[in-house]
Amino acid sequence: MATQDSGLQRTPLAEIHPQMGARMVEFAGWWMPVQYGGIIQEARAVREGVGLFDISHMGRFHLRGAEAIPALETLTTNDVSALTDGAAQYSLLTNPHGGVIDDIIVYRLSSDHLLVVVNAANADKDKGWIQQHLPPSVTLEDATAQTAMIAVQGPKAIELVSRLFAQNLAELPRFHVTSGRWSGYPVLVARTGYTGEDGVELIIDASAAGLLWNALHKAGAVPCGLGARDMLRIEAGYPLYGHELNEHINPIEAGLGWVVSKSKEFIGADVIRRVREQGAARKLVGLELQGRMVARQGYPVQVNGQTVGEITSGTFSPTLQKSIAMAFVNSEYARTGSEVQVNMRGKPVPARIVSRRFVHHV
Amino acid sequence: MNIPNDLRYSKTDEWVRVEGDIATIGITDYAQSELGDIVYVELPEAGRVLQTGEMFGTVESVKAVADLYSPVAGEVVESNPAVTERYELLNEDPYGQGWLIKVQLADPTQVENLLTAEQYAAYIEERRKA
Repeated sequence: MATQDSGLQRTPLAEIHPQMGARMVEFAGWWMPVQYGGIIQEARAVREGVGLFDISHMGRFHLRGAEAIPALETLTTNDVSALTDGAAQYSLLTNPHGGVIDDIIVYRLSSDHLLVVVNAANADKDKGWIQQHLPPSVTLEDATAQTAMIAVQGPKAIELVSRLFAQNLAELPRFHVTSGRWSGYPVLVARTGYTGEDGVELIIDASAAGLLWNALHKAGAVPCGLGARDMLRIEAGYPLYGHELNEHINPIEAGLGWVVSKSKEFIGADVIRRVREQGAARKLVGLELQGRMVARQGYPVQVNGQTVGEITSGTFSPTLQKSIAMAFVNSEYARTGSEVQVNMRGKPVPARIVSRRFVHHV
Repeated sequence: MNIPNDLRYSKTDEWVRVEGDIATIGITDYAQSELGDIVYVELPEAGRVLQTGEMFGTVESVKAVADLYSPVAGEVVESNPAVTERYELLNEDPYGQGWLIKVQLADPTQVENLLTAEQYAAYIEERRKA
């Protein structure tokens, strides 16, 4: 087991994880649990019951001011102005070349208050980029250190949190956020997640994080680490920055045209529009592989020995009992049903192109 | 960490149990715990002749893929059919039901060159600190 590096950032739950048997690792500059009981067992708990994730490492920025919405509109691909109070959307920060700076969730808390949740690995970069483009009337408050963020995910998550909070969260629509209260503490409750299952993401003051975590655990939620989180998001076909997304990948190639507004102007819009009109040269696809070997990032995707793409993420899906992966593939080979091979350390393994939504229940 | 005293070990985290001129080989508890959930194992067919240090297969977990190296020289007489049916055996019982191959030793005295349990424990400790 790796020993702790004092240079790493620690979430408000960092003390609790090892006490509960977690194996800790460095991730994006944070000291994080990668697994508790076992990745497969944890992933199964989320598919069948309820799992509990510490996602406090994700960046949380509050944008405040009457101009907050128009300001973010120019930085992101999705229509911020389409949001009503309490609604949220998946979106992208893009650079002038149409490449993805990060994928984010934007929550509209009120007409002059947005919450933006970003990837831990990009938090500093995103903060700098957003601040650089904000008018003086809009403030950015980084609430990452003062709060904790806990994901409760699985078919029984809504029931469990509703019971604990004495609040009917079944009424909260997907991609909406509401204020809740637990044990006297205010909690932001968002019906969002990264697992392909129903559930909520909770934001609470750092001082109460441990109490809430323990209460959720006691109520039956199974603690899960980053290993299970990655396995679940691959099964759900969700991109992960650094794998399916980076500053040289256009949203259209990544299959994210659905979060790119066709009507508004934003940084990189013209390049993205051109790719949309002309068609992307490569596309993000799902792959189902023969056998049980895991396709890992960087493995070549081939047709008759000719490289036509590259694996971005892969795992063994415990839900499907199959080896699955995502890959960028030259568009002419990206058709669903196409047969390709994945070169696994010199060994060509047959694979079929399928929908990326391998397991998706929401 | 479970490191049975009656086995010998390699620096590539295999264990060896010798009975007569047959060596049973598997991966250590440390190796399975570092790998995490094992989802696939590739093993050689009986009859293959292995040199000391030769790669004889791979173990694949959700997290990583690891090559298997033979700590001894000899001919493979059997690979464990149970582990290719139930890969979890490698995580659950690495020194028992999770054994990988049996090798007819070219030189049964060779195992004396391998690490003892005590030496292997020290070697794990060394790597942890590194």
